[in-house]
Parts: sequence; C-alpha cells; structure tokens
Amino acid sequence: MSIIDSPAYEIAHKVKHGELSAVAVLEAALERVAAVDGRPGTLDGGLLTDEDQAKVHAFITLTADRARVQAEQVDARVRAGEDVGPLAGVPVTFKDLYCLRGVRTTAASRILSNFTAPYSATTVERVEAAGAVTLGKVNLDEFAYGSSSESSAFQPTTRNPWDPARVPGGSSGGSAAAVASGQGCLSLGTDTGGSIRQPAAFCGVVGLKPTYGRVSRYGIIAFGSSLDCPGPLARDVRDAALMLSVIAGPDPCDSTAATVPVPNYLEEIDRGVKGMRIGLSPDFLRIAFPDPHTGEIIMEDLADEICDVTLRAADKLAAAGAEIIENIPMPNSAYGIPVYFVISRVEASSNLHRFDGVKYGYRSQGDFGDLNEMYRQTRAEGFGLEPKLRILMGMYVSAAQYSEHYYQRALNVRSMIRADFAAAFDPQGDYRLDALLTPTAPTPPFKMGDIYGDSLLMQYADQLTVSANHAGVPALTFPGGLSQEGLPIGLQLIGPDFAESTLFRAGYAFEQATADETWRAVKPRVLTEAGL
Amino acid sequence: MTDEITPELFAKLVNLAAFAFDPKEAEYLRTELNKQLKAIRQLESVALDAEVPLASRGVTYAPESRPPLRADAWTPCENPDEILAQAPQVVDRYIIVPNIPHTELE
Repeated sequence: MSIIDSPAYEIAHKVKHGELSAVAVLEAALERVAAVDGRPGTLDGGLLTDEDQAKVHAFITLTADRARVQAEQVDARVRAGEDVGPLAGVPVTFKDLYCLRGVRTTAASRILSNFTAPYSATTVERVEAAGAVTLGKVNLDEFAYGSSSESSAFQPTTRNPWDPARVPGGSSGGSAAAVASGQGCLSLGTDTGGSIRQPAAFCGVVGLKPTYGRVSRYGIIAFGSSLDCPGPLARDVRDAALMLSVIAGPDPCDSTAATVPVPNYLEEIDRGVKGMRIGLSPDFLRIAFPDPHTGEIIMEDLADEICDVTLRAADKLAAAGAEIIENIPMPNSAYGIPVYFVISRVEASSNLHRFDGVKYGYRSQGDFGDLNEMYRQTRAEGFGLEPKLRILMGMYVSAAQYSEHYYQRALNVRSMIRADFAAAFDPQGDYRLDALLTPTAPTPPFKMGDIYGDSLLMQYADQLTVSANHAGVPALTFPGGLSQEGLPIGLQLIGPDFAESTLFRAGYAFEQATADETWRAVKPRVLTEAGL
Repeated sequence: MTDEITPELFAKLVNLAAFAFDPKEAEYLRTELNKQLKAIRQLESVALDAEVPLASRGVTYAPESRPPLRADAWTPCENPDEILAQAPQVVDRYIIVPNIPHTELE
C-alpha cells in the first residue's frame, strides 16, 4: 500500500514527528496521479482515446512545482522544531471554484479559462497555513451547475474510479474522484444542492455539507449565494472532521460566516452513539421524478438495494446504542427540486452577470461595433449551455411580472422545508432527533451520457440532498455498502444547525461497526487495474 | 400569467441576458426551460398559509451568531497590477472596451 492511501491524520502525525517527510508523501501522490489520472482537462480536449476512457481525469491544473516548494518548507519547519499545523504534509486538492493566488481558477468554464486569481479564498489560506500541500485544482461541472461533472468545458471530464464508464457525480466530481483514487488525501468541494454529497456517495468517500455559515465562502466563485456551502471530501469520517476543524469559523471577509464557536470535532468523534436518537423517514425512501414522456411527476420507492443498505445501517447504529425512530414526516422535502429550480437559478443568474469580458476572463476576439455586441458575443462563446440555461430561467422566474408566482412562492415553500427539519430536531418536540438517516442518492453512479442533456432528470439526482441546502442544516455522507454491480452506495446523516460534531460521531460509529466487513476491503477498479 | 416560454418571450430573455444562439441551440434551451417550468408548477399544489414567511436562507442568525459589521475603512489594494493584468484590454492602466452605446444630446 502506498503512503498516499493512508488517512490524512496519520500522515500529518508522522510528518509532524519527523517519521515521514512531506516531500516523500508528495512524491507518492504525484506517482499516483501519473498512474491513474491520464491527461488533465483542457478546452477543446479532442476525441477520447481508449486510454482516456480508462483514466480518472480529476485535474484541470496540477500544481506540482508549488507543491514541492510547500513540502520542502514543511520538512524544513519540522526539522527546525516548529509546529507545522494539523495538516502537516497532507496533499490536498481544491475544486476549481476556489481562488488560489497566482494559479489559474477556471470554474471549468471557457469564460474564466485564462483567469489567474489575484487572491486566495479564506478556506485555501487556512488549509495551506495548516501545513497542507496543494496538489492542484480539480474538475467540476461548469460553474458547479450539474450532478455528473459532464458539463465541464475542460475535457476529458472526470470519470468514476470505481467504473470509468460511469460519472463521478457532481458538481464536485473531480474532488470525489481524486480522493477515491488516492490523488491526494483530502479535497475541498462546494455543495449547493448536493454537490459534495452526491459525488462523494458515487465515488465511495466521505463528504460533508456543513451548516450554512459554518465555513466562509470568501474567494469561492459563487453559484447560489443562499445555498452554497464549502466543505471537505475525505476517505474517512475522521479526516473530514480534521479538515472541517481547519476551515470552520468566522471570517471578516464573509458577513454570512457565523460567529458560532467551533468545537473540537476530533476530540468528540469517538464518543459513540449511545442514547442518540436517529430518525428514518419514509419521505426519503421514495422519490418523485418527472415521467420522461409526459412530464408528469411520479412517486416511486427507491430500489431495494438502496433501502436495504439504509435500514442495515440503522440496525448497526441501534446495535451501537442509538435509538432508531421511524416514520419521521418530512412531507415538504418532495418539493425540494422545484424550489431549487427557482431559487438556485435566480441566484445563479445574478452571480453570472458579472462575467462580461471587461475586467477579467475571456473576451471574444473581433471588431465589435459597440459594447453590447461584445457582451453578446463574449457570453455566447464563453458560457456553455448549462450556465445559459440557468441564467435564462433565473431571469424568467424573477421577472417582476412572474416573481410573486414563482420566486416568492419558492421562498415560502423553503420555509416549510425548514419547518419539517425544525420539527424533527426540536428538543421539546415529538421526535427530538439528533440526526436523520437517509440514502444520499436515489441510484448508484449512472453511465456517462445516460442523463446528460436532460436538465430535468439530471436535477432530480439531487432529490435526497437538496432539502438540507434549503434548510441550511448540516449533512454528512459516508459509504454504506456496495450495489449488486459493485458500485458505492452512500448514506446521509442530516442534523440540526451547527451539529456537525453529532454527525461525525454517528458516521464514525458506523465506520467502526463495519470496519471488518468485506465490502470495505474492495478498492476502486482504476486502482486494482493499475496494480495498486 | 404565461405558462410557457414562447419563441418570442425566449428571444426577449436572450436579449436581456446578452446572449446569442443559433436556432438549434435556441430550440434546445427553450425546450429544457419549458420542461423545468412543468416541474416548478408542482409548487402550485402547495397550500400556503398566509403566515408562512419567505426564507431568504435556511439558517436564521441570532445576534450572537451574526458577525459584527466591518469598520467602514478604506484599505488599499496590495496588488492592483495583478488585478489589472486580468483585463482583456488595458492601455495606460485604463481598461478598454468597445464603443459604449450612447445618444448625442442636442
């Protein structure tokens, strides 16, 4: 086993104590990238070769030179007896929405393909100050608009390490695939409707959408400003807790970053689940989706293998001392996707108006008669179809004559979704839950090309995750088992505001309870086929 | 209340958004928009109590969790040239754009 397959907390511990050099860890990470990633995503990536179809393609930009300098600095500081930080020598990647000073930051879009960030996101600064080594920037759906990572302008897009014919999920698909295939130990993604949790579930890793306001959004290219949550992807729950402890907390540069104290997640993680009340809701064991022919909304139970993994996890947690409360009503979560179609589009269109070819980014080359002509041509060439779709929908539903019918109604229903969670978690209420246990995604990872292009069906892939974004509450996904086809199935724990510590405790307890199960020893196919 | 985005309305939105499409792209986008609108119409079946508030975000901020306002102080940018270097066209540190549409006043 390569050192890069070790947990981040073990690597950091060894580096801090001089038992392992950060340079050696970095070289192991770069060796892994060379073995499994294939060519990075580029604009106009050309035709896919057979080799391309067997690789992961997590990266847009590999920052190997910067990483070597950082690793050498970490080792020098350890030799000098300094405390390097909790992520000493840990290779990390960032979704290419995070600004990293001096490095290209593209949002996987042509319109930012030449943009070099003049400052770093607060989260990036905190991670690097904690001793991490930045391996590079990873691929995503263009501007984070999607659930498969296929809408990136940087091709080849990321593939699932468990089966490269399948999607890694999205929009943080590069982050999830990189962590799953050992291309770094940790990654930072963003979650607006499920964009950390769904790809983490599809790639068999852990992902956390923190409470809205738990982590600063400063320096991250915005999608839906009332929904966006930056968060970690990791290979185990402890590593996710370690990363959150580094990035969480108030930030003078983000007025929505809450001034709520950050607990010591690692100290609390092994306190177990004895006495914890964990709920199951029938509303998260079925899905509503549009009939592909008529467009009518159909309700259907989730596949047996998804339900079975969820109920088995409930049994494991019960055996560990939790009390399982069934039949928690969450009726308004069924409206999560329609509400999201409205709110996220309004916010996305507002955020995307700044990209106009004037101050930074791509500008169409031509002899333009006037400024408006330049705007039109630049935006037509610079944006892919998905951002254009979101801008147009956002403008329509927020237009003065339609706003009351669509946007305000969506904000009302969002209150009702939040009220369902508030009732479930109310310490004086009927259910008094510490967490709600659900599947993360309605299906295992689907094949590339199967859904891409159908914007409606693609959005419904987020049905089980999006409600937590509307409510603002934290949610943790972790591997729950494998499907009959050997693909990862993820589980989700949703908690009350700022209860990330509770979610880590329960997720960690499940990891411990299943540590010896055979499915845990199964590796992603790209690793076994590379002899790793 | 318009229940469908017609070609005429679509053209208006495209103009406001400062986009340009070929006919094939336009038809694809308009079809997808109307599919999404069908899903959004599911919200019409929700019985809204007059007291249900609008939620501009999920988490509510208590006074103790709301960050204080920053001091209203000017802080010089440490790297203006790095920022200017991002602009597609700069002359003498001015960002250049094509002719801005205007009307000559008489």
